Amino acid sequence: MYAWLWRTLPGPTPVKALEALALMLATVALLFTVVFPWVEPRLQFNDVTVDDGTTAPAVPPSPAPSST
Amino acid sequence: MGETTTPEQAPEPATDDASDPSPAPPREVARTIVRGFGEVLITLGVLLLLMCVYQLWWTNVTSAAAISVARDEITQGWRSAGPQPTGSSAAAVAPPVLGKGFALLYIPRMHDKVWGLPVLQGTTKSVLSQGAGHYADTAMPGQVGNFAIAAHRSSHDEPFAHIDDLVVGDKVYVETQTTWYVYTLTHDDPSLTPTDVWVVDPVPGKTGVTPTEKLITMTTCTPRYGSTGRWAWWGTLTATSPTTEAPPDGLDPAV
Repeated sequence: MYAWLWRTLPGPTPVKALEALALMLATVALLFTVVFPWVEPRLQFNDVTVDDGTTAPAVPPSPAPSST
Repeated sequence: MGETTTPEQAPEPATDDASDPSPAPPREVARTIVRGFGEVLITLGVLLLLMCVYQLWWTNVTSAAAISVARDEITQGWRSAGPQPTGSSAAAVAPPVLGKGFALLYIPRMHDKVWGLPVLQGTTKSVLSQGAGHYADTAMPGQVGNFAIAAHRSSHDEPFAHIDDLVVGDKVYVETQTTWYVYTLTHDDPSLTPTDVWVVDPVPGKTGVTPTEKLITMTTCTPRYGSTGRWAWWGTLTATSPTTEAPPDGLDPAV
């Protein structure tokens, strides 16, 4: 997979190295700004509230559920 | 016109030659599969590592900024709302819209993390990355009942990171637009479970009983980097003063 990627990148080796670095940084940026924020509430290991499961979910499906 | 052997009719290579383009020998295939599997495992490992970096560093960065923004929104909202009518009591305060910041929290014992910490309505993930969340079905500050809040202990700027430093008698200050509420901590329980909802009841531990006291409850996760359990501190209201007067005693970050 990665060997294929390296072969497919255009240009001589130093250029390919820069392109690979750019791809890695872009991937990390995408993970940090889109993927991980989406995944995080769906994991349970960061909860700080007491909840018996009958109240609003941690990931509300729509804004402002009726409360109070 | 005799028949001659043309160059194109050179003998074909043997079928088991390694340079033959059609079917690769089993060893090549096996090697590719193993290498691919190894790459997948390494990729997953890197993703997990990045997730940890995200949780333990990046969310701290983004939440520190979000907390600052939420604090400014609250104080600017108070300034632009102007002086409130005198005689407005805590009992008359209606709960704000979900997601709205309405108070600032100061805990001298945890002053490096909880000093002017925004308190916002609700306990969604979004709210908890902008400060402390107020359990929406519980009392407002200063009201009879239980003013219950939650905050992160790790990640999202970890406001309650040092909850283990708190001791009985510590003060918690809640500032709203009109009033300073001073709560004194009475007891805690570090061994709760995530479903112990009685913790935020109007009378904790006694469902259905009409409350008479004005309590505060603060919940967070335990252990610090997990959330298999919950830690809660309870306190009672011991002083109030209008925000138009000098701040209450003890509101001092130097403990």
